[in-house]
Amino acid sequence: MKTPAELKYAKTHEWVRFTSETECEVGLSDYAQDALGDLVFVNLPEVDAAAVKGETICDVESVKAVSDVYAPVSGTVCEVNEELLDSPEKINSDPYGAWLFRLTDVTDTDDLMDAEAYISCCEEEA
Amino acid sequence: MTAKTPLYDEHAALNGRIVDFAGYFLPVQYPTGVIQEHMAVREKAGLFDVSHMGEVTFSGKDALANLNYILTNDYTNLKTGRVRYGVMCYEDGGCVDDLIVYRMGEEDFFVVVNASNREKDVAWMKEHLQGDVTFKDVSDEYAELALQGPLSGEILGKYTELPQKYYSFIKTTILGKDVIVSQTGYTGEYGFEIYCAPQDAVEIWRELLKDERVIPCGLGARDTLRLEASMPLYGHEMDETISPLETGLDFGVKMNKDFIGRDAIASRTNRHRIGIKITGRGIAREHCDVYISDACVGHTTSGTHCPYLKGAYAMALVDQAYEPGTPVLVDVRGRKIEGVVTELPFYKRSK
Repeated sequence: MKTPAELKYAKTHEWVRFTSETECEVGLSDYAQDALGDLVFVNLPEVDAAAVKGETICDVESVKAVSDVYAPVSGTVCEVNEELLDSPEKINSDPYGAWLFRLTDVTDTDDLMDAEAYISCCEEEA
Repeated sequence: MTAKTPLYDEHAALNGRIVDFAGYFLPVQYPTGVIQEHMAVREKAGLFDVSHMGEVTFSGKDALANLNYILTNDYTNLKTGRVRYGVMCYEDGGCVDDLIVYRMGEEDFFVVVNASNREKDVAWMKEHLQGDVTFKDVSDEYAELALQGPLSGEILGKYTELPQKYYSFIKTTILGKDVIVSQTGYTGEYGFEIYCAPQDAVEIWRELLKDERVIPCGLGARDTLRLEASMPLYGHEMDETISPLETGLDFGVKMNKDFIGRDAIASRTNRHRIGIKITGRGIAREHCDVYISDACVGHTTSGTHCPYLKGAYAMALVDQAYEPGTPVLVDVRGRKIEGVVTELPFYKRSK
C-alpha cells in the first residue's frame, strides 16, 4: 500500500494535497481504492458546492456497492475531475493522481493526519 | 456460526477477500478483482468454490412422486444422467427455494439447493414426504467446484471424460477421486460443476489452477455473471412473496400436474420480471423504485455494472409486461436515472 509522505489524510480515507494554504485537491487513498475494489462509476460534486468536513460530498461505485466520499476538510468546490467520469478505473490504477475535486477557502484542517498516523489508523481498521 | 469450506486455506493463501456468506467463509474476490474474474469466465476460464451449496437425496419407489409433488417441475421423463431445474413453493405460491435435480437412477435423485436456504429446505422437504422414500441431507459429504468459461471443457477434459450435453452429468474420476461432473453453472457460460468428497477438493482445486488459463473467482464475479446472464437469485428475483410465474420461470412450472402451491400460483395476480438497461449516469442496485410515465410500477430486485456488456443493468419486478424499448426512470438514492426496458437475458453466449 502506498501512502505518500507529502500528503495529508482523513480517517475516512481521503487524501488531501495542499496547493496553497487555502487550496487543495482531494482523492481516495490507496487503502480505500483497494478496499472498494474495481470502481465503475463516480458521482462528482457540483462546482461551487460547499464541502463540510466529515459530511458526504459525493460517491463512488464499485461493481459491488456504492460508497460515500466524505469531505476531509471544509471549503468550496472549485473544480471537479471530469476525466474520471469516463474512466473511474484511474482511481484504482493511480489513486494519488486521480484527484476527485479541488477546494478553495479551505478550513477545518486540524484533524488531518500525516502519512505515518494514517498508516497506523489503517492498521487498526484491518 | 460460520463454517469454513474444505478450500478455505486455499482462498486465504491466494489472498482472497473473505466474507461470511450464507454461513460460510468464502472469498468475495481475489486480488485480480471482480472485473478481471468476470472477464476470465466470459473469455477463458474461472474456478469457483461453491462448496456452500446444499445437497440432498431422494431415493425409493416413491422418490419421483415426492419430487413431482414438492417441486413445480415434472421429473417423470427426466432421464438418468440428466439434470432439470425446479422451484419449491409454499401453499400460497411463494418460493421456498429454487434448485436443480440430478437423476442418478430410476429411483434415485440428487438435489442441489441454495446454501442460505438449506435448513429451511430440508425441514420443508421432510415435512412433506409421503410413501416409500428415503430422504437424506448429504451436504456435508460433498464439496463443489465450478469451472466455467469457453475453455473449461478443454481444461477439464485433460482429466476426465465430460458430459456432452448442457444439463447432463456423468460419474467419473479426476486424479483418481470419485466425482460427479455436470455441464451446469450459474454464469451463463459453457462450464462444468464438480462434486467431490471434501477431502479431495484441495487436490482437484490446485490441479485445475495449474493451467495458467484458469484464474480463481469469488462470489462477486459469481453475482455479476449471473446477473449479466439474467439468472434469478433467491432473495432477489424470487422469495416467499414472489411466485415462480411472476418472476418468469414458466419453463420450470408444469401446471398440468398436482404440486404444492399450484392453485395459488394459478390465481395470483401476476407481476412480471423485466430487464432494464440504465442509459443515464449511475448504477441501479436492488430495491430501487421503477417509474414508467410518472407512475411507480415496481422495484429493482438486482442491479450492477455488468463488466462484459460494459454498462449498468438491473432486473425489476413490475405490475405488468412492458415492451422492450419502453423508457423508465429508476430512483437511485433520490436521483431518478434513465433506463430502458430490455429483453432478458442481457447476455446470451454464442454457441
